[in-house]
Amino acid sequence: MSTGRSILTVDRLTKRFGGLVAVNDLSFEVREHEVMGLIGPNGSGKTTTMNLISGAFAPTSGTIHLEGRRLSGLGAHEVTRAGVSRTFQLVRVLPGLSLIDNVIAGAAFGHKRRWGGPAKEQAVRLLQRVGLGAQIGLPVSALTYIDQKRLELARALAGEPEVLLLDEWLAGLNPTELQEGIALISDLRREGRTIILVEHVMDAIRSLCDRCVVMNSGAKIAEGTPQAVLSDPEVIRAYLGDE
Amino acid sequence: MTAKGWKDLVLIGVLVLAAAFVPLVTDGYWLSIAVTAMMYIALTTAWTLFSGPTHYISLATGAFFGVGGYLVATGMSDHDLPFWLMAAIAPVVSVVLAALIGAATLRLSGIYFVIFTLGLAEMIRGLVSWVQNNFLGSRGLYVLTDFTEAHIYWMLLAIAATVYVIGWLIDRSRLGFAMKIIGNDEGVAKHLGIDTARAKVLLFMVTGFFSTLVGAIVAPRYSYIEPNQVFSPELSFMVVIMALLGGTQKLWGPIIGVIPFILIWETITASFPNATTLYLGLCFLAIVYFLPNGVVGLVQKIIAKGRSA
Repeated sequence: MSTGRSILTVDRLTKRFGGLVAVNDLSFEVREHEVMGLIGPNGSGKTTTMNLISGAFAPTSGTIHLEGRRLSGLGAHEVTRAGVSRTFQLVRVLPGLSLIDNVIAGAAFGHKRRWGGPAKEQAVRLLQRVGLGAQIGLPVSALTYIDQKRLELARALAGEPEVLLLDEWLAGLNPTELQEGIALISDLRREGRTIILVEHVMDAIRSLCDRCVVMNSGAKIAEGTPQAVLSDPEVIRAYLGDE
Repeated sequence: MTAKGWKDLVLIGVLVLAAAFVPLVTDGYWLSIAVTAMMYIALTTAWTLFSGPTHYISLATGAFFGVGGYLVATGMSDHDLPFWLMAAIAPVVSVVLAALIGAATLRLSGIYFVIFTLGLAEMIRGLVSWVQNNFLGSRGLYVLTDFTEAHIYWMLLAIAATVYVIGWLIDRSRLGFAMKIIGNDEGVAKHLGIDTARAKVLLFMVTGFFSTLVGAIVAPRYSYIEPNQVFSPELSFMVVIMALLGGTQKLWGPIIGVIPFILIWETITASFPNATTLYLGLCFLAIVYFLPNGVVGLVQKIIAKGRSA
């Protein structure tokens, strides 16, 4: 599916925290309907990159464009409205709200807005979609970890984003849950959504990603199909070190 | 629209109607207590509008209230302007003030906001005293009107009812929903597309408007006004205590907190006039420790227990 037009462009992105260069001159493109994996060892700058795209941080230099519109420099709420939704590495649901309100929260202020009846209908539909149909009446505190992740995914989908950022959405799941999780994202992929995936689970990367960008120490060290990058000697060295 | 929401509104309507008759059945001491209670009901409901959903503890009530009282006093005393004009101008001044404070502080989180609002009230008090003493001559300001206690009571009741209805409407709006999300997780709120700074400032302005209006309406009650009296930090703390006693999750929580507290407070000030601050502190500790979610929270807990048993 790599023939689609480019939708998100990251150009020479750099982020410094004091003396630490967390992201160093990073450039890549994400094409429409593509699932792009952002991978690399711990501390390589993946989550920082996600935070830069979602507007949590402003880049030190470089630009990010979504369909020609500049995102870098905008606040997180403006980035979301422009069409980028995200989930968080450590799941962040809204504990004081019902499941349905958690999802409506994603629709009420997001990219494509819904409020009132239509927002509620969509919330119920999305909750069923991510596999929370039976839990709709429960309080958020009663949800298991994977169910909270499902809820967060439904919330991110509610604003109908152009690009979905999933930051280690599969982390911390047991083997059965992992299979369910992969199936769910695979579904989204078939639907033609554009997704950037930060992930450590190799099975997931192989089965879900159309393309991968590999980062190490803040810089891009490889780009290509999962198969190609995972056999790249430099990538192997980044993950496993020299002998 | 849920049936529960309408029920709340009808209940408040009945309460307002009943409360309107108070000046007809009593006067003197008890009416004076009723006026004080109504003043705090209006202030506390306005406070809860902003601080309830966001959990930002604002100690700025005294500043807003003082702006109301002081502007009415200085307008009438120094410039012979009519009461109603000043009562209309003062809240507008506070809305601008609230927007400025908001723009400066609401980007910061929690604790900084609390300290800033406390300092703000003190700063305004100092500033006004200084201007008064150095440039306007240190003479008292008089607020002389034909209002009786009953008139003031009814005006405060009208403000309290208006604040409640506005709160009820906000609660059902996207703004109210945004505030609930901000109270849950401000970082997530931003990533859901909420302009958190704007939402908070907007609501803070509403709170400022009504707190000031209360200060303006109450001014005739004091007749003689000086800055140290109307910019009182104690008032800010009283409002927080009463709101916490009632419970801030529901807009009608403050009403439940104000009435018992005013009665307790009357007893304390009458019996121990020299130790009121001490007792205020003790009340604060007791409420936070024993009733972290207020009376409303306690009632909800008991109901929940009753259901599960």
